[in-house]
Amino acid sequence: MTPEKSMTIENETILKVDDLRTYFPTRTGLFKAVDGVSFDLKRGKTLCVVGESGSGKSVTARSILQIVDKPGRIEGGSILLTRADGSTTDLAKLDARGKEIRGVRGKEIAMIFQEPMSSLSPVHRIGAQIGEGLRIHFGISKKDQRERVLELLRQVEIPRPETAIDRYTFEFSGGMRQRVMIAMALACNPQVLIADEPTTALDVTTQAEILDLIRRLQKSHGMAVLFITHDMGVVAEIADEVLVMYRGKVMERGPVEQIFHAPQDDYTRGLIGSVVKLERKAEVRLTRPDIPADTPPLLDVKNLSMTFPSGLKAVDDVSLIVRPGETLGIVGESGSGKTTMGRCLLRIYEPESGTIDFRRADGSTVDVRTAGSSALKDIRREMRMIFQDPVGSLSPRKTVAQIIAEPLKLAGMKGRTLDDRVAELMQQVGLEPAWRERYPHAFSGGQRQRIGIARAIAVNPRLIIADEATSALDVSLRSQMLDLMMKLQDEMGLSYVFISHDMSVIRYMCDRVAVMYRGKIVEAGDTDQVVNHPAHDYTRALLSAIPNPDPRDRRIHNRFRYDAAAAARPVPANG
Amino acid sequence: MLRFLAKRLVFAIPTLFAVSIIAFIIIQLPPGDYLTTLLADWASQGGAVEEGTVAAMRERYGLDQPVYIQYYKWIAGILMHGDFGISFELGKPVTELIWGRLGFSLLLSLLTLCFVWAVAIPIGILSAVRQYSISDYSATFLAFFFLAVPDFLMALSAMYLMSAWFGQSVGGLFSAEYVDASWSFGRLVDFAGHVWLPVIVIGLGSLAALVRIMRANLLDELSKPYVTTARAKGMSEFELLIRYPVRLALNPLISTLGWILPAVISGEIIVSVVMSLPTTGPLLLRALLAQDMYLAGSLILLISVLTIIGTLISDILLALTDPRIRLQ
Repeated sequence: MTPEKSMTIENETILKVDDLRTYFPTRTGLFKAVDGVSFDLKRGKTLCVVGESGSGKSVTARSILQIVDKPGRIEGGSILLTRADGSTTDLAKLDARGKEIRGVRGKEIAMIFQEPMSSLSPVHRIGAQIGEGLRIHFGISKKDQRERVLELLRQVEIPRPETAIDRYTFEFSGGMRQRVMIAMALACNPQVLIADEPTTALDVTTQAEILDLIRRLQKSHGMAVLFITHDMGVVAEIADEVLVMYRGKVMERGPVEQIFHAPQDDYTRGLIGSVVKLERKAEVRLTRPDIPADTPPLLDVKNLSMTFPSGLKAVDDVSLIVRPGETLGIVGESGSGKTTMGRCLLRIYEPESGTIDFRRADGSTVDVRTAGSSALKDIRREMRMIFQDPVGSLSPRKTVAQIIAEPLKLAGMKGRTLDDRVAELMQQVGLEPAWRERYPHAFSGGQRQRIGIARAIAVNPRLIIADEATSALDVSLRSQMLDLMMKLQDEMGLSYVFISHDMSVIRYMCDRVAVMYRGKIVEAGDTDQVVNHPAHDYTRALLSAIPNPDPRDRRIHNRFRYDAAAAARPVPANG
Repeated sequence: MLRFLAKRLVFAIPTLFAVSIIAFIIIQLPPGDYLTTLLADWASQGGAVEEGTVAAMRERYGLDQPVYIQYYKWIAGILMHGDFGISFELGKPVTELIWGRLGFSLLLSLLTLCFVWAVAIPIGILSAVRQYSISDYSATFLAFFFLAVPDFLMALSAMYLMSAWFGQSVGGLFSAEYVDASWSFGRLVDFAGHVWLPVIVIGLGSLAALVRIMRANLLDELSKPYVTTARAKGMSEFELLIRYPVRLALNPLISTLGWILPAVISGEIIVSVVMSLPTTGPLLLRALLAQDMYLAGSLILLISVLTIIGTLISDILLALTDPRIRLQ
């Protein structure tokens, strides 16, 4: 397509969705996943659909291609697709298994999904999966198909396309897999690209690259992009227009400037507010007096190393201290060894060298790394863990009271005192004690994480290791959870080791932060210092890749890139 | 891939060794030996046997020696000369008795396996895709019905039906005139005319397990995100089904091959006795009853070898079909 031509049809509407309603019949009645949603998609423009989990944004996207999972079905409304030659089709009227809608899928409207690993077949070569759309829609020869796939792989910047084409998905990293997905979506030059949380499962730096790529391809192909996300930072970085959804309904729709700087709707305001809140340090932490630097540390880790049997050195000579009442943030990308390090502190993994000196309540110190099994049992009562996945870390066959009571029972508590303590703990984390007989599935994600916290603080620990404790939560719940953790910290004098990949969460609650990269701590210091004046290039790259929730200051496009190999070389070998 | 194969073969050796010992011990477990069985037989027919004769026979068969010496002699004979020993009861070398029958056993097993897979996979697919429909329920019901019916009863009913209603000769794998004939086109046709009935009878029993495995696998796969991805490419539902979920659902099925093969062979014993098939099953049963230890031991050993080969084949097939196993 020539530039002049794309100029003239700049504002042309490709897809017009009007009063879309998609319902799921359930045993208890009709669940209205999408309830009267309307929007337009224009050529070359990006519409972001935002909302919390369960808001119906994903079902909206799937309704367009009629690939809603059973038993969902489009109940009413229209989805008008306008082609380049002026012909129009109402996709909502087509038969979901019919030939017509299949001709639209992948050819005119393509889609990429959240989890690039499970959204691609593990037993088919990526070349075959990318080229499949070409075979279905154009029936071109194997040879031409391969040529086109190689060209697509080059477009999405996958290194060495000639060998990559015959590889399988599990041989790629998460970011590369998402590039494969994008190549697959672009195969037939679609007019519309629907991206359903395409960067949620990725690290911030990888996310920045994928967002860049999508933007670049959108420009060169003149596509309309429907981008679904729950991350307001991403919205601010890429959106032209925004659609805010809540419980299947559109709360607000407008240009990105208006949504961020002059939101009309209360829900939107709340959403923006909870994002902006996480852009600063928590208020309760601004006024708190500093912990004196000469306080004897609660946890003093020196030269900790841990190598997996595969030979991977996950933790490499890590030293850090945690003072009483302090929160130490550990930040890094996936694979940086931060989770492994956290687990080494509790001896879930056996570190091979170093010391982990833990100061007991009576003032004596004990080395966790060499502690015997009975000493370890005692230490683990004072040092506890909160996990990332609030679903997987709670037994589905136990009631909430049983889950919370477990560490107390192990400590020898029983009968009436146990019941009272459970009720007290539930109140402390903001759960109704009357819910004690319910099972975890009856709770929402945020409430489940509260159960996990109640379990962790049950035996009055002194140190809690929180591994990505808020990553699975929606942004509005995230700040609530952090506030709860800080409240408990002040009440109980707790210390936290807070492991996260999310810099805003670290900035919000941590006193000090350590940045991990490939098993090593590359930088550590006061949070303000590290965030505002990073000393290491990797920290700078990490910070600059974080989407900025302000559409007036889009920055990931001009982010700083860190290249470990280049940093190690005194002079770059090639540009 | 070659290294993987070599490794698997090396691992098979200690397994076989252990199996041979266990087989030998199990055969020795019942009180007495072949001669006590023989004497009891003679006594029941009113014959009296002199003590000297018994001792002489015991010495001749080596039964007076400790068990481990007997085992050593047997296993050394197999390893050194491929000599599996002599069948006491039939007075012939075990090898001679087994080979012909083993061929038929294997052929029958393979045919049964093909039959079961060819029937179970489509039925499994159908009942997964149309979950909780009439066809799902009827397929499941039939599969479980055949699982529940004892195979000898199935064999008897099938034979009765065939001979009473269709007047076909049943039992055996050949008509009388072809039993001892050499292979010819006519014999092949005759074989084909006979073999399908035992294949169906043996196969129906193991059908249910495979249908259910296929159904459960496919139900898991059908809800995977890659199915949605493929659908979003514009693929037709049928092509999608065969190309993606079915392809992945087959992998766990392939790994069942390892235990399906021995199950078919052991399930065949009773059916073979009822339908008088010239396979190893009836021979093994007779050898065990008579405590004919070399014959029984050799048969158990061979069946174990088949099991190990079956597992090996399924491992190789799995490595071929699933790159995750091949490359990781």
